[in-house]
Amino acid sequence: MDQSSSGGSLLDRYVEPAGPDAVAQLRQLAELLAGIKVVHVNSTRTGGGVAEILEAIVPLMQDLGLDTRWEVIEGSEDFFTCTKSFHNALQGKSLEIPSSFLRCYEQTNAGNAERLRTVLEEADIVIVHDPQPAPLITHCPNRRGKWIWRCHIDLSHPYRPVWKYLREFLTQYDASIFSLDAFAQPMPHPVFLIPPSIDPLSEKNIPLDAETVQRTLAEFGIDRERPILLQVSRFDRFKDPLGVIQAYRLATRFIPGLQLVLAGGGAADDPEGEVVLRDVRAAAEGDPDIHVLSSGHYSDRTINALQTGADIVLQKSLREGFGLTVTEAMWKAKPVIGGNTGGIRLQLMNHRTGFLVDTPEGAALRIRYLLADRRRMKEIGQNARELVRQNFLITRHLREYLTVMVSLLHGTQDRIELG
Amino acid sequence: MNNEEKGTGSEFWIKDCALAILATGRRAQTLRELRDSIRDIHPGSIYHHFWGALLRPQFSDREFNNDFASWCYHSLHDSVVAERLAMIDPADYSDMEALRQELIGIIEERLDETEVVSVAKPDQQFHFARSVIVVFDTHRRLYHPRELVEAVPQMSAGTIFYHFIDARRREPIGVDDFRAWLMGLGPGYQPLCDAIAEIDPYFESLYTLRDRLTEVFARFLTNAPLTPPKPVGKPASGERGATRRQSRAGEGS
Repeated sequence: MDQSSSGGSLLDRYVEPAGPDAVAQLRQLAELLAGIKVVHVNSTRTGGGVAEILEAIVPLMQDLGLDTRWEVIEGSEDFFTCTKSFHNALQGKSLEIPSSFLRCYEQTNAGNAERLRTVLEEADIVIVHDPQPAPLITHCPNRRGKWIWRCHIDLSHPYRPVWKYLREFLTQYDASIFSLDAFAQPMPHPVFLIPPSIDPLSEKNIPLDAETVQRTLAEFGIDRERPILLQVSRFDRFKDPLGVIQAYRLATRFIPGLQLVLAGGGAADDPEGEVVLRDVRAAAEGDPDIHVLSSGHYSDRTINALQTGADIVLQKSLREGFGLTVTEAMWKAKPVIGGNTGGIRLQLMNHRTGFLVDTPEGAALRIRYLLADRRRMKEIGQNARELVRQNFLITRHLREYLTVMVSLLHGTQDRIELG
Repeated sequence: MNNEEKGTGSEFWIKDCALAILATGRRAQTLRELRDSIRDIHPGSIYHHFWGALLRPQFSDREFNNDFASWCYHSLHDSVVAERLAMIDPADYSDMEALRQELIGIIEERLDETEVVSVAKPDQQFHFARSVIVVFDTHRRLYHPRELVEAVPQMSAGTIFYHFIDARRREPIGVDDFRAWLMGLGPGYQPLCDAIAEIDPYFESLYTLRDRLTEVFARFLTNAPLTPPKPVGKPASGERGATRRQSRAGEGS
């Protein structure tokens, strides 16, 4: 039985990483939605996690026969300053937003609605991503489809005044989607849960040849012949880079040849990040085997090569959203030692796909444990890759979007039998 | 699906399903709060925390067969109530209300015998969720059990869930669709049905279950003749395979 059916489509390229069964299932599910008009709306075409997801998901939806568009709202600097403040406030930071900024936010959405109204009102499904375009709904009184607000932010502890302001727009939607149950807020409509995912065909995740990996490691002076620990993250206290250095030092007592790579960067516009980076450099000083890579932006391919070349990947966060860097490393069959927090808990299962730790000592112990048994390390890495293949690839993400659409178009009763 | 709508009598209709998970907004941080929420939570939430877990991320060997037991063990660190809750076989209960009462009974028994109240960390609360299950036809039919040998390895996790897990609560006889079909084809398939019955559905991922079913079907059916068997008597549920049986519409799933 050939489940991948027709050749040459974009979706066919996912048969190898995701499996023919997963791709065939997507095609069958999409048959239930054939021809419907779907519009995604966000605030940027490039950069950031949301654009990255849409870059992959929109063409896949089109390939599945859904008439899918991706619209981007336009705004001034004040608009984006305002929405950046929303973002911080929704993640718990107490800050007042001047009323002039709120007016700008509402006027910008009104202006964009003028441009997009026909497309939005004619769509069967409109998916509005994050708070930036949220008020569009108030300007589309003749909408005929279902409107979904897709929240990519951790809303577990929002700054209440800002949340109260935004909630007025959001309650008008037909449904919301959050990444994790812990991130969700009560709403007067169905609240769906869809964890994020990685695209196995993106630059960040495609398989690289050994030569590319070797070249990248050599470029940063990293010795491939000795064990490599890697943490990829911003220089942020919640990512605990100092705890990672402490864990490395504890482990080097037993494994003297160990190397540590801390790859971050992009801290220039983040005063707090600058302070953390300075502390990290001070802690690493005098040890040539600690590589602090912080000089600006590294390409997705460079990060991919570092992850592929590492023996163990750490994500020793003290607080974390979903933790997609964990997913990326697991997809490269690396055992991951992660902080016992947030979405990392969903991905790491002790002794099976990696280890959850609460302290630098715990991380050091697991580093020693893994490097002492290479066969076990390989086995855990393979398990990790399989877990991601089954649960955290973009094909699963797409399947859940389709399922949510079917359920909204057929009424969200417990069981919908079709076909 | 109408029994008489399609098919000629003994084929197995392969279906697939996908879950959309819904947050309920209800949370628990202690055993007492868990009990209080279970008392009046939507029945779909109880279904979700017993069965839905199988369609969520997990590694192959699950320690507990339901989310309630797992949370009591990992977040409340109460192994006594976790072990008791883990012994519940949801297929033993005729409906969600009976299962709800069993859960409440076990938790109340534990509350009566403990003086110390365990509290989960704020970021490890129990979040009650429920799911919408979307079932759809794959348009594939099997006309002889031997076709299972090739068909099962290619089934999606959703198909395995629908036919091997969901069937147990969907149908009054409480068995999976494969056995229901085979039982209707005659006593010659009894040893195969017994082997399928030995596969415990609650501790492994759907992919591992698929591998186990594949192995069992290959062992019993690889050399079976391809003559279509005729259904015998009036089977409890398998005469037309999975789709013959109706879901209990209106019952909170």
